[in-house]
Amino acid sequence: MPKNQDIKSVLIIGSGPIVIGQACEFDYSGSQAARSLREEGIEVTLINSNPATIMTDPVTADNVYLMPLEKKSIIKILEKHKIDAVLPTMGGQTALNLAIECDKAGIWKKYGVKIIGVDINAINTTEDRELFRKKMLELGVNVCKGRTAKSFLEGKEIAQEIGFPLVIRPSFTLGGSGGGFVNSPEEFDKALQRGLQTSPVHEVLVEQSILGWREYELELLRDNNQNIIIICSIENFDPMGIHTGDSITVAPAMTLPDTVYQQMRDLAIKMMNGIGQFAGGCNVQFAVNPVDDTIVAIEINPRVSRSSALASKATGYPIAKIAAKLAIGYNLDELINPITKTTSAYFEPALDYVIVKIPRWNFDKFRGANTELGLQMKSVGEAMGIGRNFQEALQKACQSLEIRRNGLGADGKELTDQAAILKSLEHPSWNRLFHIYDAFKMGIAFKTIQKLTKIDRWFLSQIEELVLLEKELQKYTLETLPRHLLLSAKQKGYSDRQLGHILRCLESEVRAHRKALNINRVYKCVDTCAAEFEAKTPYYYSTFEEGENESVVSDRKKIIVLGSGPNRIGQGIEFDYSCVHGVLAAREEGYETIMMNCNPETVSTDPDISDKLYFEPVFWEHLIDLIEHEKPEGVIVQLGGQTALKLAEKLHRYGIKIIGTDFESLDLAEDRGKFSDLLKAHKIPYPAYGVIEDADQASDLAKELGYPLLVRPSYVLGGQSMKIVINDQELEQHVVNILNQDPDNRVLLDHFLDGAIEAEADAICDGEDVYIIGIMEHIEPAGIHSGDSNAVLPPFNLGDLVMKQIRDHTRTIALALKTVGLINIQFAIKNDIVYVIEANPRASRTVPFICKAYREPYVNYATKVMLGTKKIKDFTFNPHREGYAIKIPVFSFNKFPNVNKELGPEMKSTGEAIYFIEDLDDDKFLELYAERNLYLSR
Amino acid sequence: MNNKVSSRKDAILMLADGTIFKGQSIGKQGTSGGEICFNTGMTGYQEIYTDPSYYGQIIVNTNAHIGNYGIKRDEVESGKVQIQGLVVKTFSDVYSRHSADKSLQQYLEEAGIVGICGIDTRALVRHLRSKGAMNAVISSELRQEEALRRFLQDVPDMNGLELSSVVSTQEPYFEGKSYAPFRVAVLDLGVKSSIVSNLICRGCYCKVFPAQTTFSEMQQWNPNGYLISNGPGDPAVMHYAIETVQQILAADKPLFGICLGHQILALAAGGKTFKMHHGHRGLNHPVKNLLTGKGEITSQNHGFAVSMEGIADHPQIELTHINLNDNTVEGIRIKGKKAFSVQYHPESSPGPHDSHYLFDDFVALMKSAD
Repeated sequence: MPKNQDIKSVLIIGSGPIVIGQACEFDYSGSQAARSLREEGIEVTLINSNPATIMTDPVTADNVYLMPLEKKSIIKILEKHKIDAVLPTMGGQTALNLAIECDKAGIWKKYGVKIIGVDINAINTTEDRELFRKKMLELGVNVCKGRTAKSFLEGKEIAQEIGFPLVIRPSFTLGGSGGGFVNSPEEFDKALQRGLQTSPVHEVLVEQSILGWREYELELLRDNNQNIIIICSIENFDPMGIHTGDSITVAPAMTLPDTVYQQMRDLAIKMMNGIGQFAGGCNVQFAVNPVDDTIVAIEINPRVSRSSALASKATGYPIAKIAAKLAIGYNLDELINPITKTTSAYFEPALDYVIVKIPRWNFDKFRGANTELGLQMKSVGEAMGIGRNFQEALQKACQSLEIRRNGLGADGKELTDQAAILKSLEHPSWNRLFHIYDAFKMGIAFKTIQKLTKIDRWFLSQIEELVLLEKELQKYTLETLPRHLLLSAKQKGYSDRQLGHILRCLESEVRAHRKALNINRVYKCVDTCAAEFEAKTPYYYSTFEEGENESVVSDRKKIIVLGSGPNRIGQGIEFDYSCVHGVLAAREEGYETIMMNCNPETVSTDPDISDKLYFEPVFWEHLIDLIEHEKPEGVIVQLGGQTALKLAEKLHRYGIKIIGTDFESLDLAEDRGKFSDLLKAHKIPYPAYGVIEDADQASDLAKELGYPLLVRPSYVLGGQSMKIVINDQELEQHVVNILNQDPDNRVLLDHFLDGAIEAEADAICDGEDVYIIGIMEHIEPAGIHSGDSNAVLPPFNLGDLVMKQIRDHTRTIALALKTVGLINIQFAIKNDIVYVIEANPRASRTVPFICKAYREPYVNYATKVMLGTKKIKDFTFNPHREGYAIKIPVFSFNKFPNVNKELGPEMKSTGEAIYFIEDLDDDKFLELYAERNLYLSR
Repeated sequence: MNNKVSSRKDAILMLADGTIFKGQSIGKQGTSGGEICFNTGMTGYQEIYTDPSYYGQIIVNTNAHIGNYGIKRDEVESGKVQIQGLVVKTFSDVYSRHSADKSLQQYLEEAGIVGICGIDTRALVRHLRSKGAMNAVISSELRQEEALRRFLQDVPDMNGLELSSVVSTQEPYFEGKSYAPFRVAVLDLGVKSSIVSNLICRGCYCKVFPAQTTFSEMQQWNPNGYLISNGPGDPAVMHYAIETVQQILAADKPLFGICLGHQILALAAGGKTFKMHHGHRGLNHPVKNLLTGKGEITSQNHGFAVSMEGIADHPQIELTHINLNDNTVEGIRIKGKKAFSVQYHPESSPGPHDSHYLFDDFVALMKSAD
């Protein structure tokens, strides 16, 4: 059936602020869907409260509503626009839940809106554990033993029936919130109570535990003609027991024989057909008993998901884009594979490489949290590595994580405490993968490692092989190392830094040596079809082959935009927003744009965005090799957050042009001493401070500066390890902690301006003129990280004198730092004096918020300024100023039941929402204002 | 599992056009030549290697890893390994499946199959994709290009080659229960065992006949229908099979042709076949059933195909299935007869089960013919 001509206008519901379990993958799917529908001439209306998204940009949709995801907002939209259909499958569980709510209230019916992409009954069947179980039994699909309980008593009865170990899964929750394994009756009562409380409908599933079984996921697409294809099979490296969002996952499935895989495929199709007829995407999870290959169904999600974003990046097949077309009536056989542009979209991708996804956790932000992984998702982001084999993909994923490791193993950070290793193998946390490597290195028996981890022996043997290779390499020096061993190490993904560590020499020496031996990175294409057909989409990854390089370098002028890597607290979707706009702006200026990033959830890694996408770790070695291959005019580092900025120093050292603000200025802003000298020279006030290297110096300096003091390491991101102390004892404790964590670091002590008001400004500077794009005042007093504060644009109670100081300081600093591009400056205001706390000459977290509030494309402008193709005076600024916009931080503390919501100088929020108010009498504003001191920890 | 760091001998792959790839030896050490072709399936290596249609060919598996789940005795498509050689990227001696019987290395060694790993299979596939099917030689013994070239000269050209009589059973044999409702004569041109098992589980009793069996010999068993199987080689030179099929058509008996059997049916009805540039081999080929409008993801393995030319207004042949990637002929039926065939493998093994319905159609045809 071709396109349904009745659908002329579609509403897409977004997923709202980023929380654990629902991240920027839905910006990727939502913006893809919006573009896909607009290609068909459909008017797209979008609602999302998250300002840091590409989907809410005028480039993506016709009508954008930055409003709370509530029924009220939907009604408002439907009153204003004639909407023919709503597509609720692109915004995660949040969008589905809102769609159900509106359906129950009869809203869709009242306004004549058709629900497309899913069927409400299907959502009910899949989200209600008991309905799901019944449905599966009816279809003849195996599921675990168990039943749902609506009360404590009922739960106890079921537990008695099925025995221990068992698992508790609350109905209708995000990312497995409130669920968990229970091994004994003693733990049961508490777990049951918590599960019931977490479920919005006070209902849990009590189920037989299949801990240790292999876990798989399939991503399906179905059209209106019941054609179903499997886009990707994903195998979890971590067996059943760890939430798939917290599991290391691999695609394609590595250990499935065809017989078992086809059985699983049949089951998945049966399940999707069983829950209802709708055209769209679906994710199905299975567990397989490793002993006899028995398959049980775990769950089915009738929508695009985190895994479908991963599957899209893993295969090149744009699931959300095609799902949107199916939702408006197309059939799969009527669509073309967008990667090859010649073959049918109705096929199943074949991979000739391997991808590994590793989650990124931020337990350091949630002190006191239970760091053991389980049924509830705890990670805040993820990185994906692509390689020609599992080991290479695994190493590349580890190099992408930015956890100060250079890959898996071989970096001098091994754990050597046997008891600690064994404990970690059995009780997995973020570092288990690393400890498996350490365990092999230490000589712990394969059988023991397998018994404790329950990880498939094929995966374990792959890691063992790496360790054996490392031991072999150790016998040599760089000079004596045979070429084939060096090549083998590179093919297995070891970085030059790791090899430098093993061979006791410098990274640069390894690199020079391997280049002399002609061991070079080549680039291969992600083409959906294992090279059977020619691909027209330039989506690449690097590997080491003696063969062919598929990435042909054009003679156009080109630019590399560095992405921000895996999401984490302090560096999230906001930076991806800026990267995407940077790419689009550079394209407008006639550049061939090259995107480099390793985060599969993002829009920047959608191959449609840039001229060339390199899915690579944002890691020095990969960057310099890419630069040598592509020979760009320069690299944009100021859009990809601290990740990209960190690489500026080396780029500078290697004589590679940094587009926009140059390295000296970036460095000056980071160096507290030099920066304060600059402020002093310009007579700009700043809090008294000093730098110390040990605890003795700290107490001396404290006397000089006076308490309270803000204590932090000299290089930080998102306020890591920042703390306010009020006496010598606390000071010493924190200084010792910081120096223990990183002995090479120095510690900064700032006099803390107690009770001050905080404000910040973002500006664009072209070296001559400065344009301030926005000034925000924080509702909370100083002491709470800017990312965790409610920020009001423009300020709501700063006097003219203060505003003038802010504006003057911003201009002076931007020019003094010779900024070319964006800059963010943070202020503290006390007794009408404006002190400068810090300046960051890069795109900040608040830039997308200002762009959305004022409806202006500032990143686009800033990029053109950076490239030197435009000056500030070339733009006509016309910000839409009406009332106030509040940036409201959103937290994920509910994932960590033992952690209190306590805010301080270290950032804790995972996402943000935008909220517009007309005036200061607004209830929401008054509430936020009244509560401004509520969570202050000091 | 003990073979932790395997040191493999060097090996070399040389294509007929002189292109050389260097890698390491897997399977048996030695030298072997055949037509080289690639399969993009991500699962099912054991089924592929034992499929008689691959007889005489060197298989390139495009999947990044091969061998991960070992070998299981009963997941075979014939009594032995049929391929002439194997080319893979990363080869696994270690396997994880609990129920597996042995490693792939052990299996290939026992079967005497010469292979090579560690080469850039993607570059090789891209080469074959642009240059087309050609012969190749793998060796862990011969080092000189000249020696390899000489070896290559003796590898036969697939064009005009009849291979079914080599791989077919020499004596007829029975499969299934003799009291089953339908009797199916299976003309074994290189039949995969899952074709037979798909018939058996639908109530068929099968007698599998050697490739060169005549219609009258098969007819003596009084079958309800005829299955013309898959197999290796060039259909255009298989005059004996074409004649047999013509006689079945003349007698108007239910007939189901698969792969090579499909090409034979087309030739018998006056169609043409040709050698494809580099064939279809994989588990993900999209086919549209023109009779129902529905699609199916199919398992494919063929280097020859039925020509689309003249099909549209052919007096006898009706086009029933097409390939959505390149619009080639995927299925036909014979007008006014009870005969139909498909180019792909409805029995899958390996591959998706989307096309199992064709066996039901065949059984229904036999039922209605009663």
